[in-house]
Amino acid sequence: MTIPGSPSRRTFLAAALGSACTALLTGCDALSKTQWFPKLLETGEHLNHAAQRLLTSRKSMAQEFSEADLSPDFRSNGTDYPDDPAYRALAASQFADWALRVDGLVNRPSNFSLARLRGMRSRTQITRHDCVEGWSAIGKWTGVPLSEVLAVVQPQPQARYVVFYCADIMDDGARYYESVDLDDAYHPQTILAYALNGRALPIANGAPLRVRIERQLGYKMAKYVMRIELVETFKTVADGQGGYWEDRGYEWYAGI
Amino acid sequence: MTEKSQPEQSLDSRLDEALDMTFPASDPIAVRSPCPHPAIAPDDNVGGSRVKYYRYLRHRLAVRIMHWINVVAIAVLLMSGLQIFNAHSALYWGQSSYSGRPPVLQITARQTSEGRPIGVTRVLGHEFKTTGVLGVSTQDGQLTARAFPTWATIPGPLWLAMGRRWHFFFAWVFFVNGALYVAYSVLTRHLNRDLLPTRDNWRSIGRSILDHLRLRHPTGDAARHYNVLQKLTYLLMMFALLPLIMLMGLGMSPRLDSLWPGWVDVFGGRQGMRTLHFIIACAIVLFVLVHVFEVIISGFWNNLRSMITGHYEVRTNPHDNPR
Repeated sequence: MTIPGSPSRRTFLAAALGSACTALLTGCDALSKTQWFPKLLETGEHLNHAAQRLLTSRKSMAQEFSEADLSPDFRSNGTDYPDDPAYRALAASQFADWALRVDGLVNRPSNFSLARLRGMRSRTQITRHDCVEGWSAIGKWTGVPLSEVLAVVQPQPQARYVVFYCADIMDDGARYYESVDLDDAYHPQTILAYALNGRALPIANGAPLRVRIERQLGYKMAKYVMRIELVETFKTVADGQGGYWEDRGYEWYAGI
Repeated sequence: MTEKSQPEQSLDSRLDEALDMTFPASDPIAVRSPCPHPAIAPDDNVGGSRVKYYRYLRHRLAVRIMHWINVVAIAVLLMSGLQIFNAHSALYWGQSSYSGRPPVLQITARQTSEGRPIGVTRVLGHEFKTTGVLGVSTQDGQLTARAFPTWATIPGPLWLAMGRRWHFFFAWVFFVNGALYVAYSVLTRHLNRDLLPTRDNWRSIGRSILDHLRLRHPTGDAARHYNVLQKLTYLLMMFALLPLIMLMGLGMSPRLDSLWPGWVDVFGGRQGMRTLHFIIACAIVLFVLVHVFEVIISGFWNNLRSMITGHYEVRTNPHDNPR
């Protein structure tokens, strides 16, 4: 007769518990490397996106702050000086020869020099930048609402996404890019920023132009934007997930 | 185990018994007339007096299923949460991480003058060396700078994107399971009957605290009821900590922060909510440790069986001292 709690039983239990934990951990890592399991987990992201759209309106505004809340030094993350000769040449002349190309499914493909963008209606907003890593920083951004630029180029009815192509080349050799849908593209706080904290946008923060999409995480807010394309689908761009980090397993809709 | 001589009872009669019989909670070791079908085991004598016992359905199937789903969900949420924490292993109060003020908590690594890596944990300005577990730990046989060690995170290696997938999927499992449990508890009166403290419970709270400190547990028929501290702890988890940790998680969403600009300030801003999310997670870990400890010392196999098959064994022996 085995008495509950006898040494042999306890040893067995401890051993069973230990190996169960090890098996659990190894199992989790193995599942993460399969094709099907991350797909299953992705349903959580789809539910997140649906819940966020259900709870907040298309035009809900991100919180704006006061000058007193500004981070003393706005953190630069990812690339801080693109390793691209063409970009570095532009930077050497203070981006005097730079122009933003906007094309794709639009009636009037156009180029926008920095001077032209600065001459358009501007918006200044003090907002919180939330990185997917977990940190936040507060900065004052000035730029052209993306809606103003879109009004000039006149998107065609079949255009559904706005793709941002960037100058920065990442460690694995791929170029940074991002995409948003038209809800975010036309959101009042979505701006193409050329100034940070009242000064020209520093190179470390994405000069000459970065996009601000205030209701999503930092990686959506592409720096060093060189070209904007309106597309019906982003499946044909790079690895097809809609952005550099999306191609590496992060969510396309980065609302949480 | 020898006690298999219990007369057959229909599930319904056991259920009725479990639901209808009430015993005076104010007197935890009182033994009144035992159950309607006492099982008597002639061989099982303790201290010369006969031990009577019976089993009854303590946890219904729905509760058992939801309990074990919760175990999996909380384990995965905790460990994938630590993976996410590792991507930026510092906590702050306020809206921003870069406000000029130092973090509330930081787990980091630095090198000694001889070039050895050491793990450092700073809490409210106090520094602790935590090499081996926090800050610096072994990964693939090498000392590596990482906040929480591989054995505490899902997945093991640093992999933020995958950690987030696990976390959000199981957050939904946890939320749906929890919402179903609350609805179930209200509708079946599980909440009223088993979880809300009775007037007698409130009166016995002092003695219940003493009993817990002395590791004494109700025996006999009194063991059929949750004690008052247990009830209050479950209620605190159900209606305060678990909803709060979910709210703190939602508060980290820039999209949901736009629901009503400024609502996150109520909880100390986005970074404050991240910190509270972490602190509540620690409180849940503490709950689990105490819960498992109590399960072990108040009759491990009986408790475990009751959460698997549903059946809990009550021993009624007037001369048996409470363990």
